[in-house]
Amino acid sequence: MDRSGTLLGSGFRFLTGALLITWLVLPLIPLAIWSFAKGWFYPSLLPKVWSLRAWEYAFSDTSGVLDSLWLTVGISLAATVLSILVGVPAGRALGMYQFKGKSFIEMLILAPMIVLGIAVVLGIHSIFISMGLTNSVSGVILVHLIPTIPYMVLVMAGIFANYDPAFELQARSLGASPMKTFWYVTLPAIMPGIIVGGLFAFLVSWSQYILTLLIGGGRVVTLPLLLFNFATSGRNDITGAIGMIYILPGVIILILTAKHLSGRSGAVGGFGQI
Amino acid sequence: MSDRLKITLLLFPALSIIIVLFFGGLLVGLMRSFNYMPVIGLTEPDLSAYIAVFTDKEFYLSFLLTFHIAFTSTVISCILAVGAALLLRRRFIGRAIVNFLFQLNLTVPHLVGAIGILYLFSQSGSFARLAAQWEMIASPSDFPALVFDPYAIGIILQYVWKEVPFIGVIVLANMQSIGEDYESVSRTLGASRWQSFRHVLLPLIFPGMLSASVMVFAFTFGAYEIPALLGANFPAALPVLAYRKYTDVDLAARPEAMAMAIVIALLSAVLIYLYVRFSRRKAGR
Repeated sequence: MDRSGTLLGSGFRFLTGALLITWLVLPLIPLAIWSFAKGWFYPSLLPKVWSLRAWEYAFSDTSGVLDSLWLTVGISLAATVLSILVGVPAGRALGMYQFKGKSFIEMLILAPMIVLGIAVVLGIHSIFISMGLTNSVSGVILVHLIPTIPYMVLVMAGIFANYDPAFELQARSLGASPMKTFWYVTLPAIMPGIIVGGLFAFLVSWSQYILTLLIGGGRVVTLPLLLFNFATSGRNDITGAIGMIYILPGVIILILTAKHLSGRSGAVGGFGQI
Repeated sequence: MSDRLKITLLLFPALSIIIVLFFGGLLVGLMRSFNYMPVIGLTEPDLSAYIAVFTDKEFYLSFLLTFHIAFTSTVISCILAVGAALLLRRRFIGRAIVNFLFQLNLTVPHLVGAIGILYLFSQSGSFARLAAQWEMIASPSDFPALVFDPYAIGIILQYVWKEVPFIGVIVLANMQSIGEDYESVSRTLGASRWQSFRHVLLPLIFPGMLSASVMVFAFTFGAYEIPALLGANFPAALPVLAYRKYTDVDLAARPEAMAMAIVIALLSAVLIYLYVRFSRRKAGR
């Protein structure tokens, strides 16, 4: 095979690559420009007047953008911690053991990764009403577990499938308590999985819109809800600023974990949800 | 502790949350779609919500539109993703940038992409302004309607933007673990480039490509905020229509919303079946 390629071939690859790059960044550009624009009207290609007004508004105490940011961070952090707590044991069961009905259980746990969306949200809303969990932050955190848990379980099952429990037995036979064995043997071994899985569970929760809208009943205004409201009310400059703030955690997490993001890891599966 | 007990205890928290919330939600939705709600005295299930839904022309239009959105987005994304993965297999100037942007796109929420598409393709958006600069259009209304349009072009553009990297990353990883040996063999045996792609590489990446596509199809069929932002008012995508019925001041419309949700869920069940079948086959390779 002509690995290096002919001159024509590499020229073609460069051109399609450039096209791809353009298309991938294109939708983010007007968003970024709008955040620094003051009245950017048709048909100007670029704003006539540049301004930091939208950013000043976003960071002012009265706009509620910062409140919404911290609320969203809190909800996503809580959902992440909870999904780690229930996802790690379940991942261990599915990754380390063979048992009857395993594929059925796998299907039960992974089902929300495919069916979520409007199909179950309405029914969940009825359940949450009867449990008194609507219009509350705790209800929103709980409902975010539905998309984050399957994802966490998937990542941890992959980690535990390559995990050798013999180390735990050795620690136990040397006199370590179960707690100590978990803390000093198991936890360090599975930590990379917990970190990567946790970061992406955070992003899955971070990107939820309709679950928060329905269960929060309009009282729990996370960043995506605020962003949607500004986008539909035509405040493009503020929408741009909030949009930039909203994609920031993803960029940070990407820089932290880029090497884990190849399609080979189960981690990528969760991006169907973001 | 026996293994059996251990497994049960390990699975219990995750399973109970998923079963109570997720499958409970499905069950409640199913009951309400049959007008069965013993709590408020409705103890005789009936089919009136389904009859109302299936005799409503808007439902069929919405269903067709949603299917069109999901199907078209998935097929276009899939083809472009395979092309992009083929490109990224080779060395070229800018490959690292494309790789980085692929991963960046994975982390950008759909809603942000949707707003970006709105600012690019609306009748006063960036492309309309470009067209005006080049004097191709005289006023914004001359620019073709690409958002809020009956063919859902804006929605499809957004999904393609977001899902090409998703399928692409999965297909690329597949290609890298397969390696190029099989193709090299077929090429030395006289296959053309196209033949070795069509009969050697494509069958090998097909299961991974299909399971990623199933996830994309399911997501695009059930997602609310993107068609809510970029879609036409009538017919609206099915999730938007269901949400509107659900939040209607007329509470009698709620069972209809539930019936629509159940129709979407049934379709998803078929997809899960396909997904599990093909991801098994991939694992068994």
